[in-house]
Formats: sequence, structure tokens, C-alpha cells
Amino acid sequence: MIQSIVRKNAYYDSVTLMLISREMKSIEGVEEVLVGMGTELNLDLVRNLKMFDANLEDVTPNDLFIAAKFNDELVTMEQLVNSFDEQINRKKEASAGDYRPPTLRSAIDHLGGANLVQISIPGQYAAEEAETALKAGLHVMMFSDNVSIKDELRLKQVAVEKGLLMMGPDCGTAIINGVPLCFANVVSKGRIGLVGASGTGTQEITVRIDQLGEGLSQVIGTGGRDLREEIGGLMMIQGIEALLKDPETDVIVLVSKPPHPTVEKKIVDLVKQADKPVVIDFIGGDAASIIAAGATPCVSLEDAARKAVALLRGEKAEDFDGFDAPEEEIEKLVSDAASTLAADQKYLRALYTGGTLADEAIKYLGENYPIYSNIPLTPDRALANLGGLEGHICLDLGEDEFTRGRPHPMIDPLTRTEFFKTHVDGSTAVVLVDVVIGYGSHEDPAGAVAESVNAARERLLAENKDLVVVASVTGTDKDPQDLAQSIATLERAGIIVMPSNAQAVRLVGRIMDKIGA
Amino acid sequence: MSVNELFKQDLKVINMGLESFYEELRSQDVDTIHVDWKPAAGGDKKMASLLGRLKGL
Repeated sequence: MIQSIVRKNAYYDSVTLMLISREMKSIEGVEEVLVGMGTELNLDLVRNLKMFDANLEDVTPNDLFIAAKFNDELVTMEQLVNSFDEQINRKKEASAGDYRPPTLRSAIDHLGGANLVQISIPGQYAAEEAETALKAGLHVMMFSDNVSIKDELRLKQVAVEKGLLMMGPDCGTAIINGVPLCFANVVSKGRIGLVGASGTGTQEITVRIDQLGEGLSQVIGTGGRDLREEIGGLMMIQGIEALLKDPETDVIVLVSKPPHPTVEKKIVDLVKQADKPVVIDFIGGDAASIIAAGATPCVSLEDAARKAVALLRGEKAEDFDGFDAPEEEIEKLVSDAASTLAADQKYLRALYTGGTLADEAIKYLGENYPIYSNIPLTPDRALANLGGLEGHICLDLGEDEFTRGRPHPMIDPLTRTEFFKTHVDGSTAVVLVDVVIGYGSHEDPAGAVAESVNAARERLLAENKDLVVVASVTGTDKDPQDLAQSIATLERAGIIVMPSNAQAVRLVGRIMDKIGA
Repeated sequence: MSVNELFKQDLKVINMGLESFYEELRSQDVDTIHVDWKPAAGGDKKMASLLGRLKGL
């Protein structure tokens, strides 16, 4: 049976509703259920799931709907609605007593001395709210995406004029005055400042700095489009200038995908004047202009962290492209791993939740192997061109095509769990994953990976086969999920845990070489 | 307040959107408030843009 109900003028955020939808899906008798606001995107999803009925004709983005396909001998619509109410009430009870002003302006009045607004409302409304915040003299961190590049430029121009931060749109990571915002890790306070245009790239560098015994003064996010020609690096420049002036910052790290040449020139010119050491990881970009500017280029995210720490300690910043463990140990790991595989197990499955980490893997492994991906190095390596499962695959599961109507895989591991089921088979040799912990992330991503790996191994047992699984954890011992605990969970499931994404990728490369993948 | 002045202050955050971000700030004892945000004009784009223009006056 297909049924829906609509509640007029009841607004809840998308992540809350997607997580509740998921809980409701596990009720016996429920085949499919979607709880959402009546946006065009959500209604499209309902149509795709063939659950659209007359009730939903007049629904608006301000109305909540529940649409369900279920076996009416096992469950009723009333029971589903009750389940929704129970879950939403539990959430409300948890935050009872907090005053929640209806608008940004009333919030500014109520919270005296507010200095930053964190925005994650739907993109089409986000620019207007950000402009209100900036005009009121507040710094902005904007996680929302689907904001036009024209709006982004305008907002950043206002911010620059007023000397404010406009981090984003589509900015997932920042740490301001020691407070992790959106997706960020709990790192020690220290004397390295960072400006990042890539979220998980920033997370990886900050956690490695923390693990090397140093800390961060400020971590400023810019959003992924800041270094495009249209935006001109406005926020990266604003961030660099602030860190140059900051007495708490001794070394500066910049991380981004390769910038537009005109933007790169602006940044390099600014860095030339810097009186502090600057480490730059323009992931896969050209090192020559960085060296010419007197800055330090990097070979990986981990390398950026190591070089920043070396420079802070007055040591020489040397390329790190090896392993923490001695070569004999690595060679044994590689041989042991290869010996568990059958002759027809050849292929790589790299299933990433972090975009920059996936990018780092593709760029490294893509030098020697054809890697098919949704973010391919060259168009001919697009996943669609592979057609089946016979080939090496590396995916960024956080891209839009995989997240329609569901939370980002860092918040909810479901997408990766499904890919383990559909993309790991008897021809798979090595599975490579990232486990990103910290604020914003799922409460136990390592546990979810371990479960998927156990289930895949059980399936392959029927073919008398095993799998090699390599992971790294982007996190610290101060994160709510705890680094040591996450590593222990993975290792209990027979997963090889490397100290960084770069080392995990390198180890996978060595295993692929060994088995002649 | 410039970026460098912000660096010297305690962070006070207004959160609009995902409630989980607000809850995480609260769990770290950050001074924060969550806006009970709803789309302007009930999500009606034409009405919202009209309201936007009126606010700009």
C-alpha cells in the first residue's frame, strides 16, 4: 500500500528527517519511506520511488510530508506517523528549555556579542541570510551548497570590505579559537595556522600535526570554489593576511586543489612577502612557482603536516614519501597480504567518504594503474566507462550523485555500506577506505566499516576467498569517537590500519604491484 | 570586528540549519543559539523575492 500525510508549516532540517526516514525504514512491513520537506528535490525522489499521491499535490517547501510504501498486514500508516512523532519528540525533549529565536536578527539581539554565524540551511536561502550576518558585522561559516558563484563573489566582496571571514559556501571544516566548526577534529592548540579550500584535506593535515605533537592556532575554511578565477581567492588571501598578522601563528599551511593560474599568481605574490614560513599543498599542482615564492611545496597531505612541524621546530623540511614503519615490516605486510589472495583477485575498490582523500588516492595510484572513478583523472576513466566490476575503482561517495535524499556518508555510513555489498566481489583484491572521525561525523564510522568488511568476508567465504582491507583514520585521541578506539575496532576486523591516508595509499600501491594487479 | 580581533575573543555562534551542528557546539560548552529557521514566505519563491526586495528598501 502507498500512502502519504502532510503537515502544513512544520519545518525540520534535512539531516534530522533523513536519519528519521532511515529508522522508519527498519520497521517491519515497511518497504520504502521518505520523510521530508516539500521541496522539488524531495518530491522528485517521491516520484522516482513511485510513492506520489494526490495528498502531495499542494505541498510546499514549508510543509512536512511522510510518504510510505508498506505491507498493510504488518504495519499501518498510523503506526508510521506515531514512530515519526516519537523520534521527533525525543529530539525536542533533548533540547527543551533552549530559547530558539525565529530569525537571524532576533538571534543577534538575544545572544549578546555573537561573532560568528554558522549557516547550513538550503542553498537557495543561504546567501540572503549570510548577507544579513555580514552586514551586521558577523563572520560567517557556510556549509550550505547550491549557492551561485555570483552570490559567492558578492558575499566575499562584502566580507573583504568589512574585514570579515566568509567561509564558504560549501565549507565543511574550520577551527576558530580552538572550536571545531561543522566537520572538524579536536586538535591541540599550537602555532601552525591553516587556510584550506578542501574539507577533508584540511582535516587530514590538522590531525597529523596534532599526532606529531604540535597544534593549530586557527584553521580557516574558504569553500572549494575560492581559488577559481571568478572568486579570485578572496577568502584565502583574507585568511593568509590574518594569519600573517596573528601573533599566535608562526607557520602557515595552505591547502587546495590547483588554483586558477591568475589566482595562483596572486597567492604566490602575497606569500613572497611573508615573514613567516608557508607550506603549500596545491594537491597535484605545480611545485615550481611555490618554490620560486620561497614557500615549501608538498607531496601529500601528511607531508604538508610534517613539513609545517619541521619548519616550526627550525628543522629542514624534507619530502616524506615513505612509511613510518621500517621497510622490512612493510615488505612483510605486503607479502602476507598478497598471499591471502587467489590468482583471479585483481582489482582495487577504494571507497572514500572524504573527497580530498579520494583525490589523493587517485592521483597517486593513477600514475601506474587505470583507476575508474566518479572524479576521474581523465574523462576516459569515468566510472560509467567501466561498465562492470572488472577494473580498479576509486570513488568519492560524498559527491552529489551518491547523496541525493540522504546524508553525506561521513554523517551516515549507509552509502558506503551499500557499495561494499554491490562493488566488492570475488574479483576484488584490495579494499581501501578512509575513516573520518571528529565533530560532524558519524558516532562510529570505524564500526560501520568493520561490519561491512565482516559481511563481505563472509560472502567471499563461499568462494573460499579472503580480502585485503587497508584503512587510515583521520582523527585524534581527543575526538568524541576516539582515535585509539577506532583503530582497535578496525584491527579487530582484520583491517590493516596505516598512520595516514598517504601511507595507506602507498601500501595499497605496493600490494597491487606485488600481485601484478 | 576584524578577523584578528575575532581571534582574541571567545567564540559566540548563531547556528542556522542543521541542528546537529548546534548540539555539537553545545556539547563543547560553546556559547551558542539555534535559530528556529523556516523558509521565508512558506517557501513560495515569488513571495520570498518580493519580501527580500521590501527588506532591502
